[in-house]
Amino acid sequence: MSSFIIRRLLIAIPVLLILIVATFLLMYAAPGGPFTSERALPPEVMANIEAKYGLNQPLYVQIWKYVVGVVTQFDFGPSYIYKDQDVNDIIAQGFPVTLTYGFWSFVVAVVVGVSLGVTAAIRHNTWLDYLAVGVSVGAQVLPNFVMAPILVLIFTLWLGWLPGGGWQGGQWEFIIMPVIALSTSFMASIARITRSSMLEVLNANFIRTARAKGLPAHTVIWRHALKPTMLPVISYLGPAFVGMITGSVVIDIYFSTGGIGQFFVNSALNRDYGVMMGVTILTGALTVLFNLVVDVLYAWIDPRIRY
Amino acid sequence: MALIVGRSIADELRNGEAVQGRSLWQDARARFFRNRAATTGLVVLFLVGCFALFGQHLAAWSNEDIDWNLLGSVEELGGPNWENGHYFGVDELGRDLFARTVQGTQVSLMVGIVGALVSVVIGTLYGATAGFIGGRVDGAMMRTVDILMSIPYMFVLILMLVVFGRSLLMLFIGIGLISWLDMARIARGQTLSIKNKEFVEAAVATGVRPLTIILRHIVPNLLGVVIVYATLLVPSMIIYESFISFLGLGVQEPNTSWGALINSGASQMQYGTLWQIGFPLFFFVITLFAFFFVGDGLRDALDPKDR
Amino acid sequence: MTLLTVTDLSVSFATNDGTVNAVNNLSFQMGAGDTLAIVGESGSGKSQTAFAIMGLLARNGSATGSVNFDGTEILNLSDSAMNKIRAREIAMIFQDPMTSLNPYMKVSHQMIEVLELHMGMSHREGLTEAIRMLDAVRIPDAANRIGNYPHEFSGGMRQRIMIAMALLCRPRLLIADEPTTALDVTVQDQIMTLLADIQEEFGSAMILITHDLGIVAGACDQTVVMYGGRIMEAGPTAELFATPGHPYTTGLISAIPRLDGDDEVLPTIPGEPPNMLGLPPGCPFNPRCALAREVCTQTMPAAEISGNRLRACHASLEEVA
Repeated sequence: MSSFIIRRLLIAIPVLLILIVATFLLMYAAPGGPFTSERALPPEVMANIEAKYGLNQPLYVQIWKYVVGVVTQFDFGPSYIYKDQDVNDIIAQGFPVTLTYGFWSFVVAVVVGVSLGVTAAIRHNTWLDYLAVGVSVGAQVLPNFVMAPILVLIFTLWLGWLPGGGWQGGQWEFIIMPVIALSTSFMASIARITRSSMLEVLNANFIRTARAKGLPAHTVIWRHALKPTMLPVISYLGPAFVGMITGSVVIDIYFSTGGIGQFFVNSALNRDYGVMMGVTILTGALTVLFNLVVDVLYAWIDPRIRY
Repeated sequence: MALIVGRSIADELRNGEAVQGRSLWQDARARFFRNRAATTGLVVLFLVGCFALFGQHLAAWSNEDIDWNLLGSVEELGGPNWENGHYFGVDELGRDLFARTVQGTQVSLMVGIVGALVSVVIGTLYGATAGFIGGRVDGAMMRTVDILMSIPYMFVLILMLVVFGRSLLMLFIGIGLISWLDMARIARGQTLSIKNKEFVEAAVATGVRPLTIILRHIVPNLLGVVIVYATLLVPSMIIYESFISFLGLGVQEPNTSWGALINSGASQMQYGTLWQIGFPLFFFVITLFAFFFVGDGLRDALDPKDR
Repeated sequence: MTLLTVTDLSVSFATNDGTVNAVNNLSFQMGAGDTLAIVGESGSGKSQTAFAIMGLLARNGSATGSVNFDGTEILNLSDSAMNKIRAREIAMIFQDPMTSLNPYMKVSHQMIEVLELHMGMSHREGLTEAIRMLDAVRIPDAANRIGNYPHEFSGGMRQRIMIAMALLCRPRLLIADEPTTALDVTVQDQIMTLLADIQEEFGSAMILITHDLGIVAGACDQTVVMYGGRIMEAGPTAELFATPGHPYTTGLISAIPRLDGDDEVLPTIPGEPPNMLGLPPGCPFNPRCALAREVCTQTMPAAEISGNRLRACHASLEEVA
């Protein structure tokens, strides 16, 4: 098992390096930078600025310096817009916020989704099943950017129960709506996957064997059916994680949480390449790491996977 | 030692019992139309399509004109009104929402369908090639897909939109290029099982060129899966586009899409002009529902596993 | 002393295309320690008979009639009541050992859970007993291999594990549903020998369900031949082979490949196994029967019993012979 993990880590390293270099090249190819404004700056000023940010050096030197900075010191370089902050400051400021409600969204999506799916499968073709299917089908057409305004409309504008945005150091009433908005569609997908997976597993021959052994229904489900049911769910966790990271951008913007997504979109609108690169690379690294965890989890459940 | 059951064609003819065979597609069509949700979905899609195609002829106002009579008093007078020709009301700038919704529907549907087509074509060819060639090439090709999948695509897409400019074409390319990965995996899996069928072996044995085999023998047999997946891909393309437009990074004014309309509607919610979010949201939701139902119906109809 | 009495057992399934009657009015009896074979092609209802007895029918299936096990009516018993009988009194061996063992659990756990549940053993006692049972079905190095997962065993070994698992509580009735179908021919023979030995050693009664008349001869005293969900013929195996009383039995027997025969073409029964959705009226076998006549397409022949033989055919014994 440990050699499997090490091997996967070794594959992850070039992936991340490629991501860093590709992102850098994409930025480099961009016509115009943050200092390209409608009023052309005098050439000597431009040269000064470029020298300050190292933009006058050859491309490979720039890439090399950037990669070394990221890898050895987690240094994502300066922001081109926020003069008094570098990218690390911005990440340190926004990341914990995003991580907090992102974590809860993930937990809610998995726990509620799996419970809903398992219940629906066990009570197949009863009103509970139909309810679960109805909820998960309905939630599928409610991505975060639709959920967010609907929630605000109901809980802020009509009922006045929850604040429509802000963070306030992460008090619960500021977390609830971001979590619901972000988790709903993923919860629905997980519920669907769990339900159909469990229905398939319950038809498997080895479940019939378990029943023929006289095991009570709950033992058949918990001991024999749950593990194989979870395999497709676990495969989905990787994409779900990516989707949530992506969705956090909308949440950060819509609820003004001060999370990392807000900085990302602002920097996208202002061509602040330093911040954009930093965020892209950070989320890429997180994704690669998370996929590694998923792979390990999968291999741990399914003994037939060769390490 | 199994009991061998033989039957000659002569027997069959003599007994006159040669059953009138139904083709796979006839069978599937019958099954599809028995599914009420799927049939309803198809009707809804047809109606939404008509709305997008012919809606502008019904509109009393153009999508760009500002109704100066209402501009200052959108909250009180801007609601849906049959008499002044604003069937869906006006937006905060006094533009006719009916015409705007028609325009947004056109853009969103186009992005969805074109994006899905691009990704289906690329994904199918890529996956079929990888699966057919197999071995190292397959390993390398699918590993590449794995790596690309572990990149937070939305960030890269936003990056691309910023770097190469925000245009509809860029949006098409970006979304299409990123979303073929799933299709490639599915197509490869199917190809692996088709590859070992006798008719492919026969083609290989008679010296048909690999490219011809892929296009003539493998791709047609992938068609069922591809159609199902394409139907389910369109709504996710629509969601991607709406997501980006919701952030203000996608379709630019005066052009619009569902996501952009929902965004501007959401930002006006607090003034009570709920029609502004309501109508675009309604079309967004029913269209997604319809696509999902049609996709599920097609899957049930075409996938022999679920029979 | 009778152990199992099945009377008028019928099994039907509600499907999208209408009701399928998989088993019709099946009756048979067996005593403690008896061996009975149920023979028929796919779709003859033989497996569904076993599932009905065990209470393991699919959700859309329902059974009527009576199954009396040792004086107790067990057909359509509640799951919790049935769970006291399953594995402990009646155990089942399934067709496909590749998929019938849980691939995600170690063999030891799959076996020990039975002993913990029914025999109240501790984990340690269960382990000892499970190893002993694996030894009994001749799994080499059982003590070490019991901690393996099913995929680490070959097909034949997995079927041995299935058999060991079924025997754990020393059930009085063992139902083997096509125990050798999914296995290589050489392994088939080993498994049949093992089943015969085990059956003798443990004294369990056994129902062997198979489509292969060839393996029945040495293994079972009694044979029931089914077609299209109905009994065609039943009686002592030896007599059935010597003087088949039904054209279908004749066909089955002549379709057994013989090693001593000349280079003839292996005779087959013309036509296909019945489509259970559209059984022909009358005797279900009539479209494929060489002796079919008009009455066969109209009414199902009544079962006639003479001595210890039962047959359901319009043709007379002389015509069949």
